[in-house]
Amino acid sequence: MTRTQDRTPIIRLTDITFGYPAAGPILHELNFSFYRNERIGLVAPNGSGKTTLFHLIMGLVKPVSGSVELFGTRMESEKIFARVRHRIGLLFQDADDQLFSPTVLEDVAFGPLNLGKSKKAAIDKSKETLAVLGLSGFEDRITIKLSGGEKRLVALATILAMDPEMLLLDEPTSGLDDATKHRLKSILRDLNLPYLLISHEFDFLKSTTDHIYTMNDGKILMDQELIIHSHEHAHVAGRQPHKHV
Amino acid sequence: MDAEPFASGRSWVHRVDARLRIIAALVYSVILAVSNEFATLMPGLIISVLLTLMARLDAIAVSKRLLTILGFIALIWVMLPLTYNGDSYIQLGPLAISAEGVGLSARISLKTMAISMSFMALIATMSTATLGHALSRLGVSQRLVILLLMTYRYLFVLENEYHRLRRAARVRGFKPGTDLHTYRTYAYLVGMLFIRAAQRAERVYQAMRCRGFKGRFFTIADFPASPNNFMFSLLMAIFAAGLILMEFNW
Repeated sequence: MTRTQDRTPIIRLTDITFGYPAAGPILHELNFSFYRNERIGLVAPNGSGKTTLFHLIMGLVKPVSGSVELFGTRMESEKIFARVRHRIGLLFQDADDQLFSPTVLEDVAFGPLNLGKSKKAAIDKSKETLAVLGLSGFEDRITIKLSGGEKRLVALATILAMDPEMLLLDEPTSGLDDATKHRLKSILRDLNLPYLLISHEFDFLKSTTDHIYTMNDGKILMDQELIIHSHEHAHVAGRQPHKHV
Repeated sequence: MDAEPFASGRSWVHRVDARLRIIAALVYSVILAVSNEFATLMPGLIISVLLTLMARLDAIAVSKRLLTILGFIALIWVMLPLTYNGDSYIQLGPLAISAEGVGLSARISLKTMAISMSFMALIATMSTATLGHALSRLGVSQRLVILLLMTYRYLFVLENEYHRLRRAARVRGFKPGTDLHTYRTYAYLVGMLFIRAAQRAERVYQAMRCRGFKGRFFTIADFPASPNNFMFSLLMAIFAAGLILMEFNW
């Protein structure tokens, strides 16, 4: 890969405006570029259009105005989107939306099969992906009988089995217990994939992302990076449990 | 919650190729459905009981399911003997009970029990997933198979949503009664459930598109050969032939 290709953003959003009639714009003239090897966190209040942003990138909804560019190509129609969509892996907020096949293996193999892989190649790829996520032996489990944490990890496997070049993670920790959160954390660190991650959990963001941005007024504020930090300070009675207001 | 209690068994019937079991259940129930002789229906009932025994199904669970069905059959026993027009009647106080009506009710009862037990032994012993794949291998339309599998998959998700909505109503002091308020509340609840189902369908479809879905389903299911397959086919063929012979009084 040449250096110039390296500098082409995977995602380039230009002047994106999106909203529902009568409800005002959710996103307003939003500009955003995402480059290879970036791991970006996104924090914003509910209803600020984060999920919408992900759906716009995937071409699941159409912006009112503005343009979406993926891998240097302008996405002008569903046909063009359909061709590149699999190169970006979107993890949905609710794993039940993502897992619809009866068994785990079938669900993970769904993507590779759609990409034209043979049955054997798809099964091999699925088993390999499950193994990477520590889910070996889950192949014949029934998806509806998985726990919430297992569902999330299997949903991640269904995406990784398609060999995406980047991930969009929509609140991946919501509803997970600490052990699964920890597991997800180390998986994300080992993946070596760029990603854009929506989360409310600073602790999680701190250990999984390099930059954290916020959204406001329908824009991503790139010039106001959040810096998570901690201080040490001293005062009288500091040994007693106390609160700072 | 386990909606497929019979599917997890380990009997030899469970190991027979699902496609064979579907065909066998279909042939067997058609034979029983069109038979008229008690000499066919009685052995049919016995064969069905035998099948549930061979599948090692829990007798109590089978009886419970049969009881539900018997509830509907009880209605037939009330209706038919009193309303069926035949030649012979049995006078029972002020009631004229048609002998043909009684015979017909008995036949319907036998057929219903025999067929439903055979389905418990042959079809309920496979998971819905296997059933779907087997049907698709047998050439049933993809659309119907997908409809079956998706319905089963999201039944529980919607059930959960229904319970969530009901809980939300209950914690705000809702007690169902026989008044307009109750009806309206239930109407809202059902309406909300439809909206949630539609939204869920939308999201599932989006997720499928994200994974390259273009309207065609691929299946990876395999049905390995097993010596049980031959045994099972032979046994069911003998049963079927026997029943047909009985029906024609040979």
